[in-house]
Amino acid sequence: MEGLEGPLLTIITASTPLLLAALGELVTERSGVLNLGVEGMMAVGAVCGFAAANLTGMPMLGVLAAILGGMVIAFLFGLLTLGLVTNQVASGLALTLFGLGLSALIGDAFVGVPGPGMPKLYIPGLSDIPLVGRIFFAQDFMTYLAWALVIAVWYFIFRTRGGLVLRAVGDNHVSAHALGYKVIRVRFLAVLFGGACAGLAGGYLSLVYTPQWTPNMTAGRGWIALALVVFAAWLPGRLVVGALLFGAVSYLALYLQGIGVGIPSQFLSMLPYLTTIVVLVVISRNRTLLRINTPACLGQSFVPDR
Amino acid sequence: MATGAGAVDFPNRPKGEPLLAAIGITKDFATIRANDDINFAIHPGEIHALLGENGAGKSTLVKILYGALQPTGGEIRWKGKPVAIANPAAARALGIGMVFQHFSLFDALTVAENIALALADPPPMNQLRARIEKVSAEYGLPLNPRSVVADLSVGERQRVEIVRCLLQEPQLIIMDEPTSVLTPQEADDLFVTLNRLVAEKKSVLYISHRLEEVKQICHHATILRHGKVVGECDPQQETAARLASLMVGAELRQLQAPAPASPSAPVRLAVDHLSLPRPHAFAIALDDVCLDVRGGEIVSIAGVAGNGQDELFDAISGETRAGTPGAVRIDGAECGRRGVNTRRRLNAAFVPEERLGHGAVPRMKLSSNVVLTRHATREGLVKSGVVNFTGAREVVDRVTQLFDVRKGSPDPEASALSGGNLQKFVVGREFDRKPGVLVVCQPTWGVDAGAATTIRQALIDLARQGAAVLVISQDLDEILEISDRVAVISKGRLSPPVDARGITREGIGLLMGGAHHGEGAAHAH
Repeated sequence: MEGLEGPLLTIITASTPLLLAALGELVTERSGVLNLGVEGMMAVGAVCGFAAANLTGMPMLGVLAAILGGMVIAFLFGLLTLGLVTNQVASGLALTLFGLGLSALIGDAFVGVPGPGMPKLYIPGLSDIPLVGRIFFAQDFMTYLAWALVIAVWYFIFRTRGGLVLRAVGDNHVSAHALGYKVIRVRFLAVLFGGACAGLAGGYLSLVYTPQWTPNMTAGRGWIALALVVFAAWLPGRLVVGALLFGAVSYLALYLQGIGVGIPSQFLSMLPYLTTIVVLVVISRNRTLLRINTPACLGQSFVPDR
Repeated sequence: MATGAGAVDFPNRPKGEPLLAAIGITKDFATIRANDDINFAIHPGEIHALLGENGAGKSTLVKILYGALQPTGGEIRWKGKPVAIANPAAARALGIGMVFQHFSLFDALTVAENIALALADPPPMNQLRARIEKVSAEYGLPLNPRSVVADLSVGERQRVEIVRCLLQEPQLIIMDEPTSVLTPQEADDLFVTLNRLVAEKKSVLYISHRLEEVKQICHHATILRHGKVVGECDPQQETAARLASLMVGAELRQLQAPAPASPSAPVRLAVDHLSLPRPHAFAIALDDVCLDVRGGEIVSIAGVAGNGQDELFDAISGETRAGTPGAVRIDGAECGRRGVNTRRRLNAAFVPEERLGHGAVPRMKLSSNVVLTRHATREGLVKSGVVNFTGAREVVDRVTQLFDVRKGSPDPEASALSGGNLQKFVVGREFDRKPGVLVVCQPTWGVDAGAATTIRQALIDLARQGAAVLVISQDLDEILEISDRVAVISKGRLSPPVDARGITREGIGLLMGGAHHGEGAAHAH
C-alpha cells in the first residue's frame, strides 16, 4: 500500500490544473460561449502568477495575479465575441496564440529564476495518518480550492436561480432575451469566470506544479481541459473523473519512461493526447446524454433585435 | 357578457374603462414603418382579436405591448394611465403576460425550471411544483412539473407556456397564434380555458389566422393592414369571408379544384411496407408505412406534430435510406436505398417543413439556394461542374413573379426574407422544376391567407396536370380544402387513406388522437 502513495499524489497534482481550467470553461460553455482560448489564458495566468510571486516574495499575491491575468485575456475575448460579435472559434484560437506570445514576452526576464514555491498544508494528526493522511490532508491549498470549486459550481448550476439563468441562456438565447434576461451580461460574467479559473490553473503550474517559468509550460493542458468539458458532458461531477483519468495517464507516461519500457518516449508523451481522442470518440456515441446537457446555443453569437 | 346602454356600435363587447389602450403607436425600422399610428383599446373581460396578413405589423405591435420593442412614437395607457413598458419584466409587473407563437421554452430544462425563469420572485422549487400542479389542474391543463420539455408534445409545450403565463397572475394575456399547432380537440380545450379566464374578468389579446375560431370565441376584433388599423368589428356579426377581405383589402380568390384523375391513373409515388428504427432518442420509429399516390391526385397526411412526419418525409426524400430498395418507388423505379439527388433526377421534388436551415441556407443568396436543389438534376443549371448563375437568377425571377415573393433586393440572402415570403420561395423553387412527384411538408406554415390560397391553388394545378402530390400538414382546414384522400399518422403508423369527400374536421381529429388504434382517450390526457 505504501507504494501507492507517491503515484496518487502525482496524479492529484497533475489533475488539479486540468480540473480548474475545465471547470471555468464548463461554466463559460454552459452560457453558450465557446472559448477556445483556454491555453492562452492559462499561459498568461502562469506568467503573471510567477512574476508577481517572484517580485513580492508572496505566493498568495502570485495566485491573485494569475487569476487577474486570466481574466484580462477573457475580458478581451468577451469584448470581441460578445461586444463586437466576432466569430467565437476564430477569436478563441487567436487568443491562444496571442496569450502564448504575450506570456513569453512578459516572462522573458524570469526564465531560469527559481520560484518561491507554495507551502503545503499540514494538519497535525490528520496529515500523519498513513497513506490517507498525505493524500487528503497535506495538499497545497489550491488543490482543496479546486475540489471545493467543483462542489460550488455544481451547486450553483443546478441548485440556484443564477445557475438556472445560466443554463437558460446557453440553451436558448432568443427565449431568454424574450423573457427579459440580459444574455450578453450573463455570458460576459461566465467568460470572466472561465478566465479566472484558467488563470488560476496557469498559476498552479508555475507556482506549485513546477515552481518556475518556462515559455509554453502549459504544454497543451488548455486543450485537454476543453476536451474534458465535452468528456464530462458539461456536468461538474464527471469533470473530476475525467481530470483524474488524465492525471493518471500522464503519470503512467512518466512512470513507464522512468522504468525504461522499450517504447520510444515520444509515444509515451503522446499518451494523454491519444486518450483524449479515444475518450471523445467514445463519449460521442452516447447521444442522449449529450443532447440533454449540451448547451444548444454553444458557439452562436447573439444580437438582440432592437 | 355585458350588454346594454352606451353600446352603440358593439353590443356584445364588455363595458368599462379600457384595461389597455394604444394611442398613436408608431414603430419605424431602418427602411419600413411597421406600425403607423395605431389606436385600439382592450376592455376588461374581453377576448380581443388582432387580425392581419403576414407583415401587417401584428408581431411588432405585440412586441411593443410586451416591452420587447420600444415604439418610435405614441403612448400606451394601462387602466387609463400612460405607462412606459421598458422591457418584458416591466410588462409582467404591470400584469401583461404573453404566450408566444414560437414557443419560448428551454428544451433542456424541466417544466418547473422553465416556469421559474419567467417569475420575478419564484418560490422554492418544491412549492413551485405544487403550485404548477394546482393551477394546471384548475384550468384543465394537466402537466408534470418534473418532465423535461424536450420530451413533451407540442400541445403539452403550449400548456407549459399558458400555465407559466397564468402563474404570473396577469390581467391581460397576449396569445400569438395559439391554435396553429393544436388538434381540434386540443383547441376546444384551450377555448374552455380562455372562457374561464374571461369569466374571471381577465382580458385576452388573441392573434390568429383562423377566422372561424376568431368568430367563435372573440368579442371584438381590430384589423391591421400594412401597419395601419383598417377597421374594427364584432367578429360574431361578420362572415369569415368578410373578415378575410378586410385583412387582405380585396376579395379572396376561391380555390378552383376540378375533379381528380381516375383511380386507374398510374401510381407515381409508392411507399411499400416502410419500417425504420428511430434515429435518436427523441425521434419516432416508422412502423410498416404503406401509401400509394397516383398521378393527378393530392394525398394528405394529417397528424399531431412529432408522430413520425419528419421521419417519413426524410425517408421519402432520401435523407434517410430505407432498409430495402423497394420500400420507396418513384414512377416505378426502386429508390429506397438511393440518395435525394437520384430521386430528384426521377423528377421528384421535396419541400421540407423547416424553411430556414433545412429548406434554404440562411446566409446564401436565393439564386444559390436555387442551385442547391438542382445542382445534380441535369436541368442545365450546372454544366461540367460550372454553375450557371444567370440561369439561377432567372429561376428566382420566375418564382418571385409566380408566387409574389416580396423582397428588398433582386437576389437577397434567404435569411433577409420574412418567414411567409421565404416559404413562398422554397415552395415555388420546386414548382419551377415542374415535378412529377411533389412531397411537401407544411406548405403554408406561417403564410397569410392570400399567399396560402396561391400555394394551395398551385398544388391543385400541379396535381391536375398529372403530378402526384403528397402533403404532410397539421392544418386540418388546409387538408380538407385541397386533398383528394387523407391518411393520418400516429406514433409512426400510417392509417389507410380515406376519401377526403365526406370526412369532417372532427373525424380527422379523432384519427389524429390515435383513435384508429383504439387508444384515443388515453392519448388525449
